[in-house]
Amino acid sequence: MARAVTTQRKAINTAIAWIVGLLIFFPILWTILTSFKTEAEAIANPPVFLFFDWTLENYGVVQERSNYMRFLWNSVFLAGGSTLLGIIIAVPAAWSMAFVPSKRTKDILLWMLSTKMLPAVGVLYPIYLLCIRLGVLDNRFALVVVLMLINLPIIVWMLYTYFKEIPGEILEAARMDGAGLKEELLYVLTPMAVPGIASTILLNFILAWNEAFWTLNLTSVDAAPLTAFIASYSSPEGLFFAKLSAASTMAIAPILILGWFSQKQLVRGLTFGAVK
Amino acid sequence: MSTKRVLCATTALVLTATAATAQDTTITIATVNNGDMIRMQGYTDQFTEETGIAVEWVTLEENVLRQRVTTDITTNGGQFDIMTIGMYETPIWGANGWLVPLDGLSEEYNVEDILPAMRGGLSHDGTLYAAPFYGESSMVMYRTDLMEEAGLEMPDAPTWEFIREAAAAMTDRDAGINGICLRGKPGWGEGGAFITAMSNSFGARWFDMDWQAQFDTQEWADTLNFFNDMMQESGPDGFETNGFNENLSLFQQGLCGMWIDATVAASFVTNPDDSEVADSVGFALAPDNGLGVRSNWLWAWALAIPAGTQQQDAALQFIEWATSSDYIELVAENEGWANVPPGARTSLYENPNYIEVPFAQMTLDSILSADPNNSTVEESPYVGVQFAAIPEFAGIATEVSQEFSNAYAGQQTIEEALERAQAITNEAMEAAGYQ
Repeated sequence: MARAVTTQRKAINTAIAWIVGLLIFFPILWTILTSFKTEAEAIANPPVFLFFDWTLENYGVVQERSNYMRFLWNSVFLAGGSTLLGIIIAVPAAWSMAFVPSKRTKDILLWMLSTKMLPAVGVLYPIYLLCIRLGVLDNRFALVVVLMLINLPIIVWMLYTYFKEIPGEILEAARMDGAGLKEELLYVLTPMAVPGIASTILLNFILAWNEAFWTLNLTSVDAAPLTAFIASYSSPEGLFFAKLSAASTMAIAPILILGWFSQKQLVRGLTFGAVK
Repeated sequence: MSTKRVLCATTALVLTATAATAQDTTITIATVNNGDMIRMQGYTDQFTEETGIAVEWVTLEENVLRQRVTTDITTNGGQFDIMTIGMYETPIWGANGWLVPLDGLSEEYNVEDILPAMRGGLSHDGTLYAAPFYGESSMVMYRTDLMEEAGLEMPDAPTWEFIREAAAAMTDRDAGINGICLRGKPGWGEGGAFITAMSNSFGARWFDMDWQAQFDTQEWADTLNFFNDMMQESGPDGFETNGFNENLSLFQQGLCGMWIDATVAASFVTNPDDSEVADSVGFALAPDNGLGVRSNWLWAWALAIPAGTQQQDAALQFIEWATSSDYIELVAENEGWANVPPGARTSLYENPNYIEVPFAQMTLDSILSADPNNSTVEESPYVGVQFAAIPEFAGIATEVSQEFSNAYAGQQTIEEALERAQAITNEAMEAAGYQ
């Protein structure tokens, strides 16, 4: 039976949720505001919030200095490619772990997750040398594979959790009706797990978009994504906050818009199976 | 017939593509986001027009750049044809054979025109491995109006005692004015660089001739106690987290009476577009303690060619162009003499147009008074003013400067910080086989 919630309690909960939400959003808001200030206003003490001379000059400078579209395209390619490749590999893997588990399935799942605990810098040199030998430094396809491998444990884990919620009897019934493995995966399992798969895709797209270690270390010109674009606006000597904020705003805008439009699917997917 | 046509077309296409590749050389340059570097990127088209060599820039944050180019050069990755590196890396990398010696520079380039201090700092065993794009030392930048109000006059070559006295006199906590702003931020290139240069003037050094750490000496205790006491009296709140940019911001807003930092900052604080105090800034040499060594450092951002490049000739051509006197004149013509890359060439300081720039002479004097081969009062086994040019230094100095910052923040005493610094340094040096 649902617990009765008073109007007053509801109002308090709503207010707390708004405060927490605004606190989390504030750094992003501040970055966006700073991008419209001059360099002098960006470092003013006390800081100015809204009442300053709004200017688009920083965006003009960034646009003039950097080929934003090239960085953006690389980010889309790397995030999209690595997520797609990851899903193609992870769906069958998660299926087998969820519906035909072996004695070692749990161990394999834990081992996969443990690879995420390895500091990336620990394998920088082996991977860098491998890329040199294969002639794929600063190559988009190589980076797609690297990013896919980094995120694969999370993709497999998420899909495994979603698949576990689907009754095995439904798949059995499909098999009895003559469905082969391909049909079972494509026409029975996938449609039932769409919210889970969608949220996995979204989350991994965001993770790959924001990945800044490998994308900075394995690229120079051709494959450099928006993380490299942002890194080029920080300076050890000189004022750069306003221009850096403009570059950051341009880098996060696509993912913010994507997140805004897909938040329903994201929340649905993340809470899928949470309430029984 | 149709197959023939296809074959002919393909052959023509391949030939055209091959010819185009032969003509279009592209070099990739890794650099930092400093004003002079960004300005250079703006003139790259001119270089391409003159030589037919296209240039791709990879601009990165300083620490990211260091990690990135280090990975590439140690693995012979060949991602970059030119790297922007500093005085710390150049002699070490040159000694390791990771850089192409710059002994093929043309006569017109006039390598002898490079300031001797810069040439020495960018060489190993007398061979130049990087050409300075711009050089810097450190000096005192002070508010002439506040100094006058305090009834004091800044000498051209002040002592630390005078600086402390002036800082106390200029401090006005009610008006938010701090007498002095200095770097306390952890990091070998931030607070670590400042305190090392300062310690030189107090008679301290990092290592004795047997590579034993020297943080247990009175000289180091004097340096750190003096710095901490002066900053607690007259420095800004939270100075232990302030680096170059934080202090630049404070000074430009009129919240610092004095700032001792890179000479390159002079053009920022005197720029009326960004600085509220542009018309009331004076300059003086970095302070000393009467021991014959001043507390100024020496640094250069320089262009070097990694040994793994396939475009050595084109890279050398670019370096000659970017670090030449002609390039300086090109910038002066378009943007004024105050905006040319400073501190690299002797001829710049002989130019009557440049010497009129208010901070030009003091910058030159500061650079000339720093000697990377003889930076300490007592003899030391290392080269470098604000660093020791050994591969282990960056890691050790970052840890040591963290201990110092913790002491400034009151998390431990100065004595404890020095004890820990001594232990950290000796442990690392022993592990590296120096002791």
